[in-house]
Amino acid sequence: MRDLIKSALAITWKDLYAEWRTKQVFSTMLIFSGLVIVTFSFAFDPTNNTIRAVIPGMIWVITIFAGILGLNRSFISEQYNDSLHGLIVSPIDPSSIYFGKFLSNFIIVLFVQMITIPLLFILFDYKMNGNILLFLLVLFLGSAGFICVGTFLAALSANSRSSEMLLPIILFPVISPIVIAAVQSTRILLIDVEEIESLFSWISLMAGYDLLFFVFCFFLFEFIMEV
Amino acid sequence: MHRSLIWILIILMSVALYLVFIWSPIEKVMGNVQKIFYFHVGSAWVAFLAFGVVFVYSILFLMKRKRSYDMIAGISAEIGVLFTAIVLTTGPIWGRSAWNTWWTWEPRLTTTFILFFLYLAYIFIRRMDGAWEKKARLAAVFGIISFIDVPIVFMAIRWWNSKLHPIVFGDAPNQSGGGIEGEMLVTLLFCLGVITLLYIVLLQKGIYIERTKLAVENVKKNIQEKLMK
Repeated sequence: MRDLIKSALAITWKDLYAEWRTKQVFSTMLIFSGLVIVTFSFAFDPTNNTIRAVIPGMIWVITIFAGILGLNRSFISEQYNDSLHGLIVSPIDPSSIYFGKFLSNFIIVLFVQMITIPLLFILFDYKMNGNILLFLLVLFLGSAGFICVGTFLAALSANSRSSEMLLPIILFPVISPIVIAAVQSTRILLIDVEEIESLFSWISLMAGYDLLFFVFCFFLFEFIMEV
Repeated sequence: MHRSLIWILIILMSVALYLVFIWSPIEKVMGNVQKIFYFHVGSAWVAFLAFGVVFVYSILFLMKRKRSYDMIAGISAEIGVLFTAIVLTTGPIWGRSAWNTWWTWEPRLTTTFILFFLYLAYIFIRRMDGAWEKKARLAAVFGIISFIDVPIVFMAIRWWNSKLHPIVFGDAPNQSGGGIEGEMLVTLLFCLGVITLLYIVLLQKGIYIERTKLAVENVKKNIQEKLMK
């Protein structure tokens, strides 16, 4: 167990360090999110008051679309110089590759959210007056569930030559519960504060989803990594 | 065996049609449109059955690595998607006259819709490039993941909530429109049986086609090898 976490952290560190040197994925995700926000401003009239109602949905649309860009890269980038085979034959548990990749993707997505969500609030002149800690918890749980399944399916689709097309198709239906739960709980926190009791059932749904899928992906990952 | 099953199916299917259209009473409120209910429910049941089979054979494949298990899972998924498509088309036709709307984002409808996409994705994975072992392995993993996902999808959408579907069987304390007439129940159960039989026949046919494809491939390979020599 200790070895597993140690090797997972090594992989995370490697990924984040490579990202730090190139800033390729991070900057692409940021620019893409900015463009999505601009597109939203054309799609929904930003001077209108009804814009408040679609802010929760926007947050998650941005996260998921930008996240998919990063997820696509996370295993494809290992295919240069056959590094993926290097990882497979290295004397570590295959699940630690999953865990490591999950952590690095998750950290990158959280960083992107840290910039894009305030930007969204500023550009749409939205005043946040909900509970900020709960909001962060919802963001954390929602992104964790999305990245947990996303990393797994990215590894799965990396086996295909057309993986960029395959990943969204196989990922969106599987993450639909987390999208519903995340959007609903964000909506409750930002707009309908009086429904606060039902927030906890959404949060527990997200936590349950995260846990269940993390365990399943963790154990099924070695079947994906077979050569 | 297969041939006799087809004959039995043809006979039983005509009996089912008789039961549905002539024998069973016409529903008071909805009228003739209600007849679609028998096939709608039957198709939904077979779709779920087919996806259950995908799940079981995916696990079996990962354990035993037999090609026939992978075949059964793949064909079952295809049949499941077909029947889900039937459910998704008969539903709105019925809903149009029963609820006066083609579609509503109600838990069961939405779950079926997502189910449809889940198993389309499964078929996409099966159509990936590469060796069959790889595709079968990846598809099996996805088959397991997507089957676990279905109840969670249903629960999530249920909380998101509305209640248009009546509870037809058992007690329905809060909802109106519950209960089913005896003759209708007989017809429904008969239809369920017949459509399940249809599923079995289609599954057999699918396995037969896949086997033939494999045999043709082998023959081709042999001829190529002979020509190369």
